[in-house]
Amino acid sequence: MLILTCPCCHVTAEETEFHGGGEAHLKRVGPDGAEGDFESYLFMRQNPKGVHLERWRHVYGCGKWFHMARDTATLEVFGSYAAQTLAPPDHIVDAIRKRHPDWQWPAAS
Amino acid sequence: MSTRLATGGRLLNKSKPLNFTFNGKQMRGYEGDTLASALLANDQVLVGRSFKYHRPRGIVTSGPEEPNGLVGLGQEGRFEPNARVTTTELYEGLEAESQNHWPSLEFDVGALNKHLSRFLPAGFYYKMFMHPRPLWKHLYEPIIRHSAGLGKAPKAADADIYEHFHAFCDVLVIGGGVAGLQAALAAGLSGARVIVMEQSAHWGGRAPVDGGTVDDAPVEDWVAQTLDRLRGMENVDLRDRTMGAGVYDHGYVLGYERLRDHTPEDAGPRHRLWRVRAGHVITATGAIERPLSFAGNDVPGVMLASAMRDYVANYGVSPGDRTVLVTNNDNAYLTAIALKQAGLDVPAVLDARVLPQDSELVAKAKALGIRVVMGHAVSSVQGGKRVTGVAVCSQGGEGAVLEVIACDAIAMSGGWSPVVHLWSHCGGKLTWDGAKACFRPDQDHPPTGADGHGFVTPAGAAAGVFALDDVLHDAHAAADGVATSLGFKLPRDLTAPTAARREEAPMMPVWQMPQGASVKLREKTFLDYQNDVKVSDVRLAAQEGFVSVEHAKRYTTLGMATDQGKLSNINGLATLAGALDAEIPSVGTTTFRPPYHPISMGAIAGAARGDTFQPIRRTPLHDWHAANGAVWEPVGQWRRPYAYVQSGESTHDAVMREVTNTRQNLGLLDASTLGKLIVRGPDAARFLDMMYTNMMSTLKPGKCRYGLMCNENGFLIDDGVVARLDEQTFLCHTTTGGADSIHAHMEEWLQTEWWDWKVHVVNATEHYAQVAVVGPNARKCLEKLGGMDLSREALGFMEWTEGELGGFKVRVFRISFSGELSYEIAVEAGQGQAFWDALLIAGHDLGVMPYGTECLHILRAEKGFIMIGDETDGTVIPQDLGLNWAISKKKDDYLGKRAQQRSHMQDPSRWKLVGLETTDGSTLPDGAYALGEGENENGQKVMQGRVTSTYHSPTLDRGIAMGLVLHGPDRMGELLSFPGTDGKTYEARIVDPVFYDPKGEKQNV
Repeated sequence: MLILTCPCCHVTAEETEFHGGGEAHLKRVGPDGAEGDFESYLFMRQNPKGVHLERWRHVYGCGKWFHMARDTATLEVFGSYAAQTLAPPDHIVDAIRKRHPDWQWPAAS
Repeated sequence: MSTRLATGGRLLNKSKPLNFTFNGKQMRGYEGDTLASALLANDQVLVGRSFKYHRPRGIVTSGPEEPNGLVGLGQEGRFEPNARVTTTELYEGLEAESQNHWPSLEFDVGALNKHLSRFLPAGFYYKMFMHPRPLWKHLYEPIIRHSAGLGKAPKAADADIYEHFHAFCDVLVIGGGVAGLQAALAAGLSGARVIVMEQSAHWGGRAPVDGGTVDDAPVEDWVAQTLDRLRGMENVDLRDRTMGAGVYDHGYVLGYERLRDHTPEDAGPRHRLWRVRAGHVITATGAIERPLSFAGNDVPGVMLASAMRDYVANYGVSPGDRTVLVTNNDNAYLTAIALKQAGLDVPAVLDARVLPQDSELVAKAKALGIRVVMGHAVSSVQGGKRVTGVAVCSQGGEGAVLEVIACDAIAMSGGWSPVVHLWSHCGGKLTWDGAKACFRPDQDHPPTGADGHGFVTPAGAAAGVFALDDVLHDAHAAADGVATSLGFKLPRDLTAPTAARREEAPMMPVWQMPQGASVKLREKTFLDYQNDVKVSDVRLAAQEGFVSVEHAKRYTTLGMATDQGKLSNINGLATLAGALDAEIPSVGTTTFRPPYHPISMGAIAGAARGDTFQPIRRTPLHDWHAANGAVWEPVGQWRRPYAYVQSGESTHDAVMREVTNTRQNLGLLDASTLGKLIVRGPDAARFLDMMYTNMMSTLKPGKCRYGLMCNENGFLIDDGVVARLDEQTFLCHTTTGGADSIHAHMEEWLQTEWWDWKVHVVNATEHYAQVAVVGPNARKCLEKLGGMDLSREALGFMEWTEGELGGFKVRVFRISFSGELSYEIAVEAGQGQAFWDALLIAGHDLGVMPYGTECLHILRAEKGFIMIGDETDGTVIPQDLGLNWAISKKKDDYLGKRAQQRSHMQDPSRWKLVGLETTDGSTLPDGAYALGEGENENGQKVMQGRVTSTYHSPTLDRGIAMGLVLHGPDRMGELLSFPGTDGKTYEARIVDPVFYDPKGEKQNV
């Protein structure tokens, strides 16, 4: 059971206080989207053994969604940040690169 | 025979004898005994039958690693299967029953299996029971089910209570042996908050039995002094009878405290589950001795050498009069010496090694007159229910018998395995220590915490350090490192105590005894006692291609029993490695998973059972319902009245009466559980256009509209009536189950996609009591209350208004889920009961009656209205349900629009909603499937539809149903047949889903 820190209310709490929401920074594809783009938006998810940018919601707290950078293999947490961003902020990228110097975002596919 | 010695027994209180029974036989022990030591003291060496071959089995160990001594304890609500005799403390009146035997422990029919063992090799079930297929269901499975299972599940409800503790500490020390105590002392003196967990009732671990001197005094004195110091420290919490059960992410640890197992008559919780967040975990979990693999190593009377000296020293019990020791290391000589010093006979020590010169312990044994035979081994054990002798051979040979030594017990030692489970639970890696022939923690690869650094440190024997002096220094260093990393500092003058050293000759890895054992011997050589896995089984698995250790484990069931392979694991891996001609580290280990040792289901549940299992949500009218015959239906955490049963009625009668009365007179429904979300802001209309398939932005204030909500996959997730309160404010009704999830769904889109839109959502579900006033007399009833004009002209269908009704501040929605003239009226929650009472008085002469959820379902089904969760199941789109009229064609976008354009969603062969009418008026079984033509590629009959809702309609006096049917709307009048699970086949005609008042005249009056 992880320990998470909510960047909105700054509470550090047990995972049971939160709810995971899968991969972060997905871009919505609407009615005009091409078949392939829509498929990718709806179904294709990263499943890395390593750094993962993911969505969480502080459900039994302030109720806010936020993003967290985490290593899925070592469970190291690089930091959490507001959900209202289109890319991980610099301080998160720096924290990740300290451990994984070659890490790139978005991952080359 | 095994018996109680006149002297010894450091844990016993001989002034307090205790009575207990085993298989109904009266026996006596002392306070301080375990059930195992008490059984041995009563010469009860045979304690159970093995799982597969029903071989007689005796006690092998003195701790939680025990594979054989499993018993059923207690009676009724206090019955517990698979209790280990070695970890069960004796108490007055204890009742134990052995397991896996029929008709009796002494004479067991299943033991015939052992004569069939040549025909029951690894993978036997997979191979044998495949063919012929029909035999599986009627012959094989019933027989296997009858003989499978370890122990019996209790039938009565658990009579005890359990609890959870949440705790936080800087350093959690798991294990209260010398390593754990030294680590706790150092960490405690650094000022850190420390919790120490010891699984047994005693501190000091093996040290008091194995002896030694610390700072020139007996180690037992050091243990006592250290305990005193720790007890005097406010920042240290010592917990005995508490096992570290599992280590999880980010320093989360479960502890399992057995508070009342040894005093079951006392009040208070039986077990306590500790949920600890630790800054750092020190695993001082010790090591477990390994058995040796020789033929007959499972005969009762064969025991681990360390366990044997435990019984002598701790409990004053001799496991046998004449004990042969067989070993590959020096440590086991302690047992021969202890037995001899207790006045018992040790006819020989068979040592697989050939030492160039006697080490300290070998010399000591010889000095006591014990015959030590080097380079020798056990060829086979003689005896059935009890050891009678041992056939001796050379370790290097194939088992030719050199002599037979008469004995009634055999002590064996194959070396020691560090207990690495807790280290491994959360990802700590292991490394193979060739010299000690064991896996130990690879401290360069610990389990990592949130900061990316290791949060577990092993200490002492758990780290692969065995000599007393090394253990103390290792534990001290571990605590020093941990305290420093957490920002604490050990006192400058604090150093590790020093223990006297003993020179030991190196051990010799022995995985098969003798080295070249024949097939015949290997077939009698057990690796996993509890699951009856033999050396020959593992070799067969390797031969058949199960070369991965995880596959071999599952194929042979090695290590899959309740002891999780604590004894068998390393011997099994080594045997597999031998069969594959590979190195042990390259074969690797299986995965260690929590809990370390089985914990009770009660402890896991804690207080969450019965009334406290989960909160119950009650509407403001709950008590009235309860007092008026409500039969409850759980809807999520809510309780809703299913029907109000009057005296002399069945529940079905009540439902029929409620439907008829509502259609003919006046019904009241407590609709308070329906979700009420207030969506407000300059962008509210735009937001709801995205949330709903309908166009909500064109809704005028004062009007209501029925809306559908889909997810991005296009599937229908919720429905309900939306009322526009003003230009910027909407009230969205959701289903009862959807109130929280749809609120969360809206929040998710607002926070993560359209965070620049100015919209605010509030879940006001519990702020209001809502009552549906339904039926031809609805308006008359409300007019009697007075205060508002609710005429057809003043408040049309699908309009809402607010005002005062009978003195209550109300919001009235003229909406109908029944097809009748209907008003849904919201009042503040606190006014709910008073308003309900006022309606009952006003409706008294108008035939008013409350109705429940089943009546609501029938009313809506008669009208062909869908119900989320009945007509939908997460794979249904609105188009399947003929709801195209509620999907705006003018909008560019809404959630699910793009998905509904996918080819599969547009496929004309999707099953669509129709009504179904049985030809004989009976009611279709719920969920029944309609048969199609022919069979699919798996030989299953093709289906062409299914029933989604089915009821007996009292209005039409016949069964009515809705269902999804292939090309259904184009097949009106066709007959379908629905096989039921009752063996009958039901014929039904496809009809329009609106069974009653298709023109909607009744609701529009």
